[in-house]
Amino acid sequence: MSQEELNRQAFKEEAQDLLGELENALLELEESPGDADLIDRVFRAMHTIKGSGAMFGFDDIASFTHDVETVFDRVRNGEVAVGRELLDLTLAARDRIQDMLFETEGEDRDPERSKAILDGLRRYLGEAEAAPTPEAESPAESGDEESRFYRIRFKPPEDMFHTGGNPVHLLDDLGELGPCRILANLEEVPWLGECRAETCYAWWDVILCTTAPEREIHDVFMFVEDESELAVSPIAEPEELEGDQYKKLGEILVERGDISADGLKRALSEQKRLGEVLQESGLASAERVRSALAEQEAVQEIRGRRKESEAASSIRVAANKLDDLVNLVGELVTVQAQISQKVAAKKDPALTALAEELERLSDELRDSTLGIRMLPIGTTFSRFRRLVRDLSVELGKEIELETSGAETELDKTVLERMGDPLVHLIRNSIDHGIEPPEARREKGKPETGTINLSAAHSGGEVVVTIEDDGKGMDPKALKAKAVNRGVLSPEADLTDKECFNLIFEPGFSTAESVTSVSGRGVGMDVVKRAMDELRAVVEVDSVPGRGTAISIRLPLTLAIIDGLQVRVGGEHYVIPLALVEECVELQAQQVSGGANKRIIDLRGEIVPYVMVREWFEVPGNPPPIEQVVVTSTEWGRVGLVVDSVIGEHQTVIKSLGRVYRDVEGLSGATIRGDGSLALILDVPRLVRSAAQEAQR
Amino acid sequence: MAKTIMTVDDSASVRQMVSMTLKNAGYDVIEAGDGKQALGKLGGPVDMIVTDLNMPNMDGIELIRQVRANPKYKFIPIVMLTTESQAGRKQEGKAAGATGWIVKPFKPDQLLGVVQKVLR
Repeated sequence: MSQEELNRQAFKEEAQDLLGELENALLELEESPGDADLIDRVFRAMHTIKGSGAMFGFDDIASFTHDVETVFDRVRNGEVAVGRELLDLTLAARDRIQDMLFETEGEDRDPERSKAILDGLRRYLGEAEAAPTPEAESPAESGDEESRFYRIRFKPPEDMFHTGGNPVHLLDDLGELGPCRILANLEEVPWLGECRAETCYAWWDVILCTTAPEREIHDVFMFVEDESELAVSPIAEPEELEGDQYKKLGEILVERGDISADGLKRALSEQKRLGEVLQESGLASAERVRSALAEQEAVQEIRGRRKESEAASSIRVAANKLDDLVNLVGELVTVQAQISQKVAAKKDPALTALAEELERLSDELRDSTLGIRMLPIGTTFSRFRRLVRDLSVELGKEIELETSGAETELDKTVLERMGDPLVHLIRNSIDHGIEPPEARREKGKPETGTINLSAAHSGGEVVVTIEDDGKGMDPKALKAKAVNRGVLSPEADLTDKECFNLIFEPGFSTAESVTSVSGRGVGMDVVKRAMDELRAVVEVDSVPGRGTAISIRLPLTLAIIDGLQVRVGGEHYVIPLALVEECVELQAQQVSGGANKRIIDLRGEIVPYVMVREWFEVPGNPPPIEQVVVTSTEWGRVGLVVDSVIGEHQTVIKSLGRVYRDVEGLSGATIRGDGSLALILDVPRLVRSAAQEAQR
Repeated sequence: MAKTIMTVDDSASVRQMVSMTLKNAGYDVIEAGDGKQALGKLGGPVDMIVTDLNMPNMDGIELIRQVRANPKYKFIPIVMLTTESQAGRKQEGKAAGATGWIVKPFKPDQLLGVVQKVLR
């Protein structure tokens, strides 16, 4: 049993006794209605049931008992006389509590009856004593992370020690809220002879710098606030003096009310240090001047510290410096790979240890360098708000942009290069997707259309989705148009997905009329090309009348990836490690069976595979035992058959240039440890092309 | 050494809750059912008292007054349990020498928060 249940159990047992006691007292009270002792017993029993009930979660009982208790409070104070009817009602109330407690686990399942009893009892209540309003949780003050300065003057009651309090504890508590400077004021401490040891003469000025709301400062003094002199005031920081000089001594003293503005003027007219003048003239005591000076010092000091930490928290660096850094790291990684390869051949333990250390360092250096370049995608999102607003006004549409996943991080270069394509896609949604308000109303949709822009991590990729609830696209209409425009031959047999992809064909436009926003048939193919350059995969999904969703799968970075190096004939390839699930051997019998039966049985799961040797037309014969690298793609697991697997390899991606753009299945190249070249496989595209080919 | 806290309440369930909460937090606990019992059990080292106000025989206010009169317990923290925010009773308790208060119903965490605030 949990402690809570134990407590509830204890309460039930106790309540049983109390209800018995209540019954007895009520019955005795009938005999002698004026007996103050009996009334007290009744009241106390009610009070305990209510108080403890609320504490152990019997809220219905607590609120029910409240009114009964209030009536007996009035009886106790002589405002209401005990009569037959009151006793009947109270006994009924007692039975009601008993029922609630033991029949229904504390729940009030018969509110009608409770209400009848309470209505009867309410007649004995004074006018303003209705049911208690449950104490509303004070809403947490909005967490203002900005730290603020507070000036706190705390003068405890002289007899604070007599109530078991200790001002030092409270000052300690203040210290836990943030850096503070505490100054004791001892000007009221009498001469030793008159001093009483148990009296608190001292009081304190505290300068506190805290992010906590002012309420929390007051909470520290909760138990003594009524008896103490307590002043908490936020210190306004003069902005124009930022970092320079804090307020002058005279200002502080006037703000604190320690001297008057007049006094200050008088004192200033003498040409001496203000503090000395004030003390000599008796305008302010030495203690108070010292305390004000301490505030000056404390604020300046804490502010200095705060500035330092702010300065350390971020620096701005020119973007090209970062690019240079990444290039250098890339070269370092390549050299490191070369060293590792040489060392491995030498089999010298000392050298091996050094090479491994170098590898670890270059790995970490690579990760942190690439990490620096990661930016939240939200920075691009914000500019779309304006775009949506302006365009929808221009087109007379009502559109709301919703964004999510703004904190998803992407490489800076990827972000920069996808900005324009995203603008184009959103423009398209606004122009072609979302219908004008009247058309939407007719279709029974809300007049305001919604475009949802979201970003999320998914494996080694980031998926950005643009989704609208507009009119959607009809695959047949798209196909007809493509045929019409001469983009597609009339005989072509396309799936819906392929039809949607037609919008990316050069010279294809879905808009019936050309508007100022889009519809000239340029754009979508530009988007597609930009995405290809980013090695991104674009997918379109649409339901006529319901809306269109375009999702873009982006690689996290364009610079360096972890790759698995494999060999096919004399060629080396790299498969992005994030996509690799496992490597298995290809059994000879699985190879036979023709092009249409290229599947392996992976622990009962059927996994199709692609022969890399055939795909890239690598000359020569495969070895007797080939390897299958199982990758995870959007179509599920797909195997890539290679001659042998060499191992993990840090891959600095070099682009292949325009000549190779149309080679399906390659995304770039990298330099191997020995200086030769390895091609990086674009697994998703390779698999897709292979799948299309197999279907034909 | 573990500090000793006395809990005074006529409600056994509240006493049990207070006592278990404090014991779990590493305090030694002495229980008493009302003011009279509490005074009777006083004598040894007690570092703090948590007392209800409404009790038979001797109520919390009187208990606080009597404890404070004993030089040995003149400065120990005494926290009273009050229902709602009965301002009047609270003032009475403070005048008698209570250090602070906890408003019923309260959660174990709130109890510990107050104990840690006044007892060091």
